[in-house]
Amino acid sequence: MSKQLLSGNEAIAQGAWEAGVAVGAAYPGTPSTETLENLVRKPDVYCEWAPNEKVAFEVGLGAAMGGVRTLVTMKHVGVNVAADPFMSAANTGVNAGLVLLAADDPSCYSSQNEQDSRHYAAFGRIPCVEPSDSQEAYEMAQQAFDISEQFDTVVMLRETMRIAHTKTLVDVNESRTALEPRAYESRPEKFVMMPANAVRRTLVCNDREDELMAWAEETPLNRVEMRDTKVGIICAGALYVHVREAMPEASVLKLGVTWPLPANKLRAFASMVDACYVVEEANPYLENQVRALGVELAEFPGGRLPRSGEVTPAHIRAAFGVADPAHLAAAEGLPPRPPAFCAGCPHRLVYVELRRIKAIVTGDIGCYTLGAVAPFRSVDSVIDMGASFSMAHGMELAGAPERTGRPVVGVIGDSTFAHSGITSLLGTVYNGGKGTLCILDNRTTAMTGTQGNPVNGVTLTDQAARVNPLDVPAGKQLDLVKLCEAIGVDEIEVVDAQNAKEIRRALKEATSHTDKLSVIIFKSPCRLIDRSRKPMPAIRDCHRCGVCIQIGCPALGRDETGHAVIDPNQCIGCGQCAQSCPFGCIQED
Amino acid sequence: MPHDTTTNYGVAEGGARVTLDETKTILLVGVGGQGTILAGQLLAMVAADAGLDVKVSEIHGMSQRGGSVSTIVRVGKKVQSMIADPGCADIVVAFEAIEALRAQQFVREGGSLFVNDEQITPVPVNIGTFKMPQGVHERLAEIGANVIDAGKIAREVGSPRSTNVVLVGALSTALPFEVAEWEDAIRRRVPPKTIEANLAAFARGREAALA
Repeated sequence: MSKQLLSGNEAIAQGAWEAGVAVGAAYPGTPSTETLENLVRKPDVYCEWAPNEKVAFEVGLGAAMGGVRTLVTMKHVGVNVAADPFMSAANTGVNAGLVLLAADDPSCYSSQNEQDSRHYAAFGRIPCVEPSDSQEAYEMAQQAFDISEQFDTVVMLRETMRIAHTKTLVDVNESRTALEPRAYESRPEKFVMMPANAVRRTLVCNDREDELMAWAEETPLNRVEMRDTKVGIICAGALYVHVREAMPEASVLKLGVTWPLPANKLRAFASMVDACYVVEEANPYLENQVRALGVELAEFPGGRLPRSGEVTPAHIRAAFGVADPAHLAAAEGLPPRPPAFCAGCPHRLVYVELRRIKAIVTGDIGCYTLGAVAPFRSVDSVIDMGASFSMAHGMELAGAPERTGRPVVGVIGDSTFAHSGITSLLGTVYNGGKGTLCILDNRTTAMTGTQGNPVNGVTLTDQAARVNPLDVPAGKQLDLVKLCEAIGVDEIEVVDAQNAKEIRRALKEATSHTDKLSVIIFKSPCRLIDRSRKPMPAIRDCHRCGVCIQIGCPALGRDETGHAVIDPNQCIGCGQCAQSCPFGCIQED
Repeated sequence: MPHDTTTNYGVAEGGARVTLDETKTILLVGVGGQGTILAGQLLAMVAADAGLDVKVSEIHGMSQRGGSVSTIVRVGKKVQSMIADPGCADIVVAFEAIEALRAQQFVREGGSLFVNDEQITPVPVNIGTFKMPQGVHERLAEIGANVIDAGKIAREVGSPRSTNVVLVGALSTALPFEVAEWEDAIRRRVPPKTIEANLAAFARGREAALA
């Protein structure tokens, strides 16, 4: 036994490993990513990045059906992608344990929405367990596998960003349960979900639901803490520690299992307190379930909790009419500091050109989403992984290019293209779509921290061995040109994303014809995987026109007289500014 | 080089125990790449070794690309929430001066604010959509900040990258842990070749904060 300071994700990896997990599969997504990155480093377990969450879940279901304990991890919106196999697996059940880690992101710290994955647990009628700190994450990761096998069901382990990315102390056993793979025999009545079998499996799931409801009443994961009986609070996950912080005297029903809910325990708790409340964030998941069970909830004396966004102890105090501690007002007039493309980022010059030609850009999910903000403001839509190409096709069908006089350009990154952009491209080609589609191939999954993907050929095992994507032999990498050829794209071109003239020429050619479908692959490595630097360029006789400044490089600024200046600490000598200066005042050495 | 997201480390057994009557909340703010996360880890190690409960909350994701970053460290007998609300931070350490002003509402009444005397121009200022704030030093003085030129000190000890450890030295003066405990955490956490420079940076940060 040792005491370790672990994030929720590290604790889940440790717990799953000790539970004898043999296979892990995931697509990276904040705040879930580090879980498999930690698990892969442990002995006797195989982990892989899948191209997307649907594939990851299917790999996981196959492994569990084949007889070994399996962990599948994804962010909340990834569960949408995996929802199809998830809903069928909810019906089939498992063989060996299968645990789905769903990592939610209230307040959208790095996501496009703040949906609550517990709705999926209720939807699929599969048990959902929720830790409040890393110790619980470690323990629940192990218990989840037992629950999965005891009730023959997928189990959702649900965390939020605050649990995933908060390090707390954990008593770690470091002892792995040695498990033999479970015997496999063909059971088509269980795993072949054609109508007759599916109907019968639903009956099995009805019985399973009854058993789970009885179990939820008894499990110590749901815990009543009686203190002052004037206020009783029902809560789970991070909200439990916020409630304990804000309302230390209140009685609490801490739900470790958030589907199914323990109806009798909830009713009994409500009857023991003068006023019963649900405290949760972003979605009224528990509130609606608790009300549906006939438990009467009181109105908060200080006004309701926020309907969206993360709830903090201050919100809870306010809802109960407890004043904030005195503090200074927030400072006014400060410049914001949003994330920006790194110095030398290969996405920058592409957006400079897309801005210049006033393209309507259907964008996608990744670092290049930042093309939507100043100084580019060149992205018209970002919806979900893979939407860029299919939405560009839709815009074309709507006649948008003709009516606006602006070209429509779909923009997607390499990893996102592999995730779900390939099928979008396939649909466009198949239906005779025309237009311009760009793949920003920076050789990595940059936004989540430079993970491997099928395009760069770095597996999760390679990543754990610190293989740089730039050192992977071509034969292991997805050949985007050949793929586009096979799909049937009319024009395919590979362009150096660090060459402004070439970017301009390629985009001009592609957007000038309306009878072809062009794919331009803008290729240049992310500066997080290519750390090489060149000498800083020199600025001579600056005309103070400000054009270079508008490429948004964090290393470029202006002095008091308006002259462009380069920050030697941030400059990597990429030469993007030199290419943008209309007067040739910035010279590379 | 693919970055390393695995940062767990063990906690020393049998450390001298420190008692805190109340949970202490320390908020570390700065700009992506300034080393706030390492600073938070050092504090967490010292507190955990002293037998205290610890929670360290980090914001990942979009903040990696040069945006504002923050780490919350809470230490005490039993720590509940990992969040610092306005008026709840006993100590704020700002690795950058504008970020200090951005976090001023988090300092509790009578709390401490240590600020690195450096201003990093945000991209929106460079591109002309916002202006740098005026009178930053005056505003910091008004709110009682202890301003330290940590970058200069780090350069003086021959380790410009140790600016964050200079600030950890400053922070250490406001917490009830022994100097030796901090030094031990630094030895265990930083690359071996940089131990001496970082210990010097830590000591000079303490001096500067107490000056």
